[in-house]
Amino acid sequence: MDKLKTGIIAPPGLPAMPARWFDRKGLVQIGLLALLLLAPLAAYLLGHIYYINLASRITVIAMAAVGLNLAIGYGGMVSFGHAAYFGLGGYVAGISAYHAFDFTPFMSWPVAIPGSDSMLVIWLAAILLCGLLALAIGAISLRTTGVYFIMITLAFAQMMYYFANSWPSYGGEDGLPIYLRNTLPLVDTNQPLVFFLICFAGLLLSMAITSRLMKSRFGAALTMARLNDTRLATAGISPYPIRLMAFVISAMITGLAGALYADLNGFISPTMLSWHFSGELMVIVILGGVGRLYGPLAGAILFVMMETLLGGLTEYWKLFLGLMLLCVVLFAKHGVMGWLAGRERNE
Amino acid sequence: MSESVLSLTRLYKRFGALQATHDVSLDLQPGEIHALIGPNGAGKSTLIGQIAGSLRPDEGSVHLAGKEITALNVSQRARLGLGRSFQISSLAEPLSVMRNVMIGVQALQGHSFRFWTPVSRDESLQAPAREALERMRLGHRAWTPVSELSHGERRQVEVACALALKPRVLLLDEPMAGLGPEGTAQLTELLEALKQEVPILLIEHDMEAVFRLADRISVLVAGSIIAQGDSATIRRDPHVREAYLGD
Amino acid sequence: MSVTLFIEQLINGLQLGTMLFLMASGLTLVFGVMGLINLAHGSFYMVGAYATALATAATGSFFTGLVAGVLVAAAVGALVELIVIRRLYHRPHLDQVLATFALILIFSEGTRWLFGSSPLWLSPPQSLTGFVTLPGGARYPLYRLVIIGVGIAVAIGLYLLISRTRLGMRIRAGESDREMIGALGVNIARLYTLVFAMGAALAGLAGAMVGALQSVQVGMGEPVLILAFVVIVIGGIGSIKGALFGAVLVGVVDTLGRVFLPALFRNFMSPSEAAGVGAALAAMLIYILMAVILAFKPKGLFAANG
Repeated sequence: MDKLKTGIIAPPGLPAMPARWFDRKGLVQIGLLALLLLAPLAAYLLGHIYYINLASRITVIAMAAVGLNLAIGYGGMVSFGHAAYFGLGGYVAGISAYHAFDFTPFMSWPVAIPGSDSMLVIWLAAILLCGLLALAIGAISLRTTGVYFIMITLAFAQMMYYFANSWPSYGGEDGLPIYLRNTLPLVDTNQPLVFFLICFAGLLLSMAITSRLMKSRFGAALTMARLNDTRLATAGISPYPIRLMAFVISAMITGLAGALYADLNGFISPTMLSWHFSGELMVIVILGGVGRLYGPLAGAILFVMMETLLGGLTEYWKLFLGLMLLCVVLFAKHGVMGWLAGRERNE
Repeated sequence: MSESVLSLTRLYKRFGALQATHDVSLDLQPGEIHALIGPNGAGKSTLIGQIAGSLRPDEGSVHLAGKEITALNVSQRARLGLGRSFQISSLAEPLSVMRNVMIGVQALQGHSFRFWTPVSRDESLQAPAREALERMRLGHRAWTPVSELSHGERRQVEVACALALKPRVLLLDEPMAGLGPEGTAQLTELLEALKQEVPILLIEHDMEAVFRLADRISVLVAGSIIAQGDSATIRRDPHVREAYLGD
Repeated sequence: MSVTLFIEQLINGLQLGTMLFLMASGLTLVFGVMGLINLAHGSFYMVGAYATALATAATGSFFTGLVAGVLVAAAVGALVELIVIRRLYHRPHLDQVLATFALILIFSEGTRWLFGSSPLWLSPPQSLTGFVTLPGGARYPLYRLVIIGVGIAVAIGLYLLISRTRLGMRIRAGESDREMIGALGVNIARLYTLVFAMGAALAGLAGAMVGALQSVQVGMGEPVLILAFVVIVIGGIGSIKGALFGAVLVGVVDTLGRVFLPALFRNFMSPSEAAGVGAALAAMLIYILMAVILAFKPKGLFAANG
């Protein structure tokens, strides 16, 4: 009898109702992507390079936030130190370009490592190093929970910040310029539109990975670790390695964004590692809608537009950012995506 | 002893001045329901913690199917076949019943570091989960969010989650708590049918259910087991009547 | 390295430690009693310093200015608690972090708007500008010793307040059992405002005293805030004793590391290299210390709640 009953009710999709392109959520998502893609194309046709670079800035920051969203939104790990990975990614790009420009080795002992101006090499190195750093920081930080976790991730990021600040070889607190943008085979990365498209591809890829990941078995375990880690442990899966893995992947995405950001600005400095940036990245994730695939993109668009528009009007635009953030936290908890696309439904 | 699926040998656990577990030995045979009863504060929770792995005993050992598990943690014990339900619901509220049960199937298959294939199309996860749900007569609620279930249904989902692990032993912590007479009767019937397959260590307050279900009963008072035997023996035992039934 | 240099730096470390204690004790009390993580604590440090600088300039008396600074910080703290903070007690830590991060932006940019980006002028009073001869012959600024003295006085005062008074009893009860203290008929809302304002006052005191030593400017509270976080993580969040111990440890290790690590590396490196490596390592030293302590004690040295 019961079997008959179950046959009748068809299971809806997992883990959330899939967005169809024509429903409200689907339209909002496609609209955001189209806006981000078409605006720089229009700017290109009209010859406004500034706006292409602005779109690249939004894209790269959105990608960094996609990384953080995996930790905070999907994994429930409130990392207040993702600037560490963003900055490390940036420094990998900057230092590598510096040595390639100078024809000096990055390291000659125990193994010889030359500099490189190839983005592919830089990206790989940034991803690997950020993964390793996150493995070390996560291994210690994830032994703790709650406020301890927040403060410890913050403290480790500060450690990186002060290290970069006082290490004189790569500019110390003055930072380091990247004289020539790093290169990719076949395309001219100096073209703003080409560089935008590279960033855009990176953003899409990181969102696709997040989406796919969260639908997989790993994602199921991570979701359970966030919602109820006792349930997960009782089922026989230790939450710690699941969380640590998610933390590492999250850092890799943010680190890759950092490498792109360095090339976008042609400059790296300890500011990329500062706790203000960690905080702003969190703000973007929350403004957009925490734990939603398109949240970081919505948040980044809002944040960079505010920075540009309000920042053009007043030097003190962060005062208004602060007031808005306070209102969002106190009164509107679901962020831009919650407001535009409706509440996220589980199953 | 060699036959028992679960055995506790001379467990001791002390919190400061409080001797929470004092020389507790207990075993569970295949095909039986062994009930553990005792008044509030008798040390049941502490004992469950030591069986499930959230607490370490100060002395003594715990064996599961002949293998010592005293030093293992909660998830390691679960992987060796210890399924448990909680006194207070431990389900992930926003997720569907199915997702809660599937996590156990996934753990059993040991493939939580698979990053690509969506679980929504993975029949190898869904089929066993559905089977466990149907054992608890909850097949029709598979895709309902846990937050929309009644209290009784949640208790059944808890058991289904444990069943999904294909456990060697079920450790059920007050599964009848808060159920009405009808719910209790239904769950009693379900557990009765289950015990041939999986032996059950049942911690329960509902005396009627215990006396009806249990093949053996152990009575825990102030951290020690004061009586052990079938329901008739326990009913007659003067110590039990004095300490527990309040006569 | 000479003994006098060592003693001098040790005292410098103690002075940094007492400052950190003033910051950390407020943070840790607020977390222990209300369960709130407050990033905006550094803003009260800044508010205290600005109010002191302005009041000192207006009245010509540093001490009047200092009293005014502490009172203003307390008042601002109470106001912030009433308007914003009390809505956050039952919220997740993520919300608390974001809301108090927003407060930092509001305070920092608001202050910049009102008083500009250039530092305000504040110096210690004439009567405290002298030097004291230490055992060993070194001359040490009196004002820094006074800061240490004030820090010790506050530590003793806090200890007496918490262990001896009715308010202290309520604070301790609030730490161990929030439900219970409500049942006892204590006005929790008022208690929370009071504790928060007290923490803000201590931060303001620290800001005012250090402001006279360094400079009074926007963002001055942030490095201290993060050091204070390290302090309470090391000491155990919620524990005043842990805050005291952690503050002195961090103050001394940080100060000595910055002076002696480059000197140490000069033994086997060229001076310029040693300065760079030494400075970089010294900057990381307390974080490494924190990581090592947490690896063994994930809840800090004096974990208050289990």
